[in-house]
Amino acid sequence: MRLENKVALITGGTSGIGEAVADLFAREGAKVAITGRNESRGHAVTARILESGGQAIFLRTDVRKAAECKRAIDETLSSFGCLDILFNNAGIFFPQTALECSEEEWDLQIDTNLKGTFLMSKYALAPMIAQGSGVIINNSSGWGLVGGDKAVAYCASKGGVVLMTKAMAVDHGRQGIRVNCICPGDVDTPMLPEDAKLRGLDWKTYLAGCENRPMGRIGTPDEIAKAVLFLASDDSSFMTGAALVVDGGGTAD
Amino acid sequence: MQLTGKVALITGGASGIGRATSLLFAREGATVVIADLNAQAGQVVVNEIAQAGGRAFLESTDVSNANDCRRVVDSTLREFGKIDILFNNAGIIRRATVLDLSEEDWDRVMAVNVKSIFLLSREVIPHMQKTGGGSIINTASGWGLSGGAKAAVYCASKGAVVLLTKAMAVDHGPQNIRVNCICPGDTATGMLRSEAQQLGEANDRFLTEAAKRPLGRVGTPEEIARAALYLASDASSFVTGTALVVDGGGLAGSV
Repeated sequence: MRLENKVALITGGTSGIGEAVADLFAREGAKVAITGRNESRGHAVTARILESGGQAIFLRTDVRKAAECKRAIDETLSSFGCLDILFNNAGIFFPQTALECSEEEWDLQIDTNLKGTFLMSKYALAPMIAQGSGVIINNSSGWGLVGGDKAVAYCASKGGVVLMTKAMAVDHGRQGIRVNCICPGDVDTPMLPEDAKLRGLDWKTYLAGCENRPMGRIGTPDEIAKAVLFLASDDSSFMTGAALVVDGGGTAD
Repeated sequence: MQLTGKVALITGGASGIGRATSLLFAREGATVVIADLNAQAGQVVVNEIAQAGGRAFLESTDVSNANDCRRVVDSTLREFGKIDILFNNAGIIRRATVLDLSEEDWDRVMAVNVKSIFLLSREVIPHMQKTGGGSIINTASGWGLSGGAKAAVYCASKGAVVLLTKAMAVDHGPQNIRVNCICPGDTATGMLRSEAQQLGEANDRFLTEAAKRPLGRVGTPEEIARAALYLASDASSFVTGTALVVDGGGLAGSV
């Protein structure tokens, strides 16, 4: 087990990549706190982890709100005694050009994807600095490195995540804290069919587009979770400020 | 063990990052074939692996020579039937501006650092296609993504490695062959010591400068080896065409 005695907080841990990471981290011995807005899904994930002998708590949290982020960190510390790993994963996506995106929708995406990462990191850093170690992993996207169609706010937020990752790596490396991000390509999560629906595309056509990459398929949440595990574990002890692309070659050409 | 039953061919496996990777892959259950020009040092690594209960073999190889590349691949296939992992790691450095660099040094660095990847990959890929896939890992460098002082040909070669990696990932992804590269920052190896020497700098001062990065130290060969293990293993099954930066934050920004 690669995360024995570690405490990990995973935002957006109630579905998709966050859920897969919560499961994998628990299997690797970590105590996991997951946040999300959907209480019933959150309790379903923690119940499953508890049943298989792991330790997990659910903390209902809106990562756009500073007070809720602070409370999530405080409750993790009071439940598990420390915080070693923060996975900033909560994210939302609306397929929109700049003409179609309303100001409210812009704020919602930037605040969830980017400001939420800032707020959670801000409150997680204090206990990590105090213990002299910690790992922060941010979920960016292939669309944090290259532009995508109808994705203005999403691309802006994810590009922001990549560079905030590097800035935080520079600031906190000397305090023993590593900060990296992952850039997944299309992954088999609820976000994909939602996107297809919002774009008015039938699933088969949409999926064929997603599969059009060197490896000829989309990723599984578990494959992304394994990249996050690599960054969370001591296997990546000399890595900070990196953007790990996990996209089946989607951005190679 | 993450590489049980796998066969790995590692160039430059006699020293530095290649040596650490050979030891780690063997511990993880792989059969390791070391291709290196330095047969003596290579044999020491092979013995070390054998003493620890692992399986390793040495093929004295000049990776810039097409015949040598064909021979090491042929003999590996003859002995072990397949190659699952190719780690193109052999590399050399010349610390010089274009004004100070000889044409011979240009050719030698390009041949060892870049052409070798082409020569070995074209031998290995047809067999990976037959066995349903494989993982190719190339050692690039932080200086394959950003320029460095007095390192013109090294930067040129490593930049080429990064884009050769992506091009090969595009070509061979449909055959389930993943191709990625590692971009290490300064790592405590013989190459780092030779750089200080080439630049005529005191080793201590050179290392102090090299440690000026967010994590405040140079890397260890084992840390780079663990990145190679991630890319070699099924843990990275959706990763191809990637440049994995392992540099203590050196490229993230200035401290």
